[in-house]
Amino acid sequence: MYRGDVSVLAQRDCKMMTNSENTGRGPLFTDPDPDVARAFFRHKKGALTNKLMSVSDAIAQFVHDGDYVASGGFGGNRIATALLHEIVRQERADLGFAGHTTTHDFQILAAGTRSGKRILSRVDAAYIVGLEARGLSARARRLMESGEVAVCEWSNYALACRFRAAATGVPFMPIRSMLGTDTFKESAAKTIACPFTGKPLIAVPALYPDVALIHVHESDAHGNCRIRGITVADWDLSRASKHVIVSAERVVSTDEIRREPNATVIPAFCVNAVCHVPWGSYPGNMAGEYFSDEAHLKAWLAAERDTDTYRAFLDKYLYGVDCFETYLQICGGEARLTELQRLENGG
Amino acid sequence: MYNAMELMICVASRLLEDGATVGVGTGAPCAAAMLAQKTHAPELLVAFEAGGLAPVLPAMPISVGDSRTTHRALMATSMCDIMEACQRGVMDYAFLGGAQIDAYGNLNSTVIGDYQKPSVRFPGSGGGNDFASFCWRTLVITQHDRRRFVEKVDFLTTPGYLTGPGAREAAGLPKGGGPYRVITDLAVMSFEEKICRMQVESLHPGVTVEQVRENTEFELGQVAHVAETVPPEKEELRVLREEVDPNGFIIGR
Repeated sequence: MYRGDVSVLAQRDCKMMTNSENTGRGPLFTDPDPDVARAFFRHKKGALTNKLMSVSDAIAQFVHDGDYVASGGFGGNRIATALLHEIVRQERADLGFAGHTTTHDFQILAAGTRSGKRILSRVDAAYIVGLEARGLSARARRLMESGEVAVCEWSNYALACRFRAAATGVPFMPIRSMLGTDTFKESAAKTIACPFTGKPLIAVPALYPDVALIHVHESDAHGNCRIRGITVADWDLSRASKHVIVSAERVVSTDEIRREPNATVIPAFCVNAVCHVPWGSYPGNMAGEYFSDEAHLKAWLAAERDTDTYRAFLDKYLYGVDCFETYLQICGGEARLTELQRLENGG
Repeated sequence: MYNAMELMICVASRLLEDGATVGVGTGAPCAAAMLAQKTHAPELLVAFEAGGLAPVLPAMPISVGDSRTTHRALMATSMCDIMEACQRGVMDYAFLGGAQIDAYGNLNSTVIGDYQKPSVRFPGSGGGNDFASFCWRTLVITQHDRRRFVEKVDFLTTPGYLTGPGAREAAGLPKGGGPYRVITDLAVMSFEEKICRMQVESLHPGVTVEQVRENTEFELGQVAHVAETVPPEKEELRVLREEVDPNGFIIGR
């Protein structure tokens, strides 16, 4: 079974796991060892340097073939669309991916590259291939039904707790869901006995992604970020990830950040790159800014049902587009975006 | 007149009493919670797994994480905060949508066929497993047919009563939880206390026990006195059509 690019320690761990009924038989794609992570974080610099860069530079510098990637937000809400598109255009391969309610974000990476190569090779799945009430993605389904992508099951809370364990700096978190189910059997979790009550618990291993892609409302040049609305799992994800690329609706001054410190959700020392991308979650929803473009999402889902139509769709909206601004123009530009802004704000 | 989905949503909404707390999934469960909030249960506290806590829902959310889930909400928080409220016993109801379901109320939303190379891949647990593990009572709303009401789920994504009485506790799940009602287009189903198996609670107007049996793969057991479901009231339908789902997003299916 494919185990991903993990340390010797974690590989040994995986072998041990398959022999016991108290362990899930799913693959563990990343190393949960907190000392390995600490050795890394020791050298992650906290100085307030200018991290502003273009989307293409950020992806080129911080997302590499074989990396394990996590997407912030919630599937079609506050996702870093511009960063995801760029990963596809720069033709990354062999990526691991955290499917923590991933919907349109998963759909984008499931497209594969222009030359027809698969981008994803391993997926931690809590919610994948669907777009909630909008229906299932035919393309994402085909990818996951092909048997070519290694998969490990989790619940959404379990995966959020894996980020939390990593953010906390401990090797696992105990939780009380997943017990007694096939979701546990196909996971890489273990059951343990509580040292105080003796009750069975699920231990979910810390997940330290190589890189997280997070879209925020505001960031300063150093990466101090503000998020309005729900934070989903991004508080933990930003701290758990070895590298964090932020795209921001607005870039604000550090004075503005310092004016209201309790509005900061992600501190600069977590962040490696800041990209200024207005409308950066489009066609997703951005709380207080713009609603999701349901017509475009529907068109994307519909296009996936026919190979030729889908190819033409991707050429038009993704492969053949030089940058995110051009994508916004093709999707209706200012008129459409203003409409979505009005929809969001109760117009 | 009303269609099956309208009936299901109206019946489901009545199960949510005023002042109760409920974690809801996308689609029909959300519509039922919203209808309850706009009719008999204005103080129904609705929580969404992505972090929306106690919104006054203006329109049907398309996603359980879209900004409607925080419209005039008491709090916009995180998934861990919501799920941990459930885990420590705050939340009365989990309200989940359609999937494969067995006699013990176990749900499958992961795969059809073999797990390693499935014939159909579905989204997976999402927050379903967590909600059904943690909340005191699980409500399920789904179409009633033999493909869905199966003897054995292909994949046990989300726990019902697992293999029967005591199985949840033996597995380590919090004590006292489990499935409560399953609302279908034919009937309201409940669970026989001693054996934890699904039974008919009430039949929708015009539906016979035989019809329910024909559309259920697993054994239903004895059906003695079965009530008739109270059909939707005029006002419920009006609110549902005009205020909850004016675009027919759910009820137009």
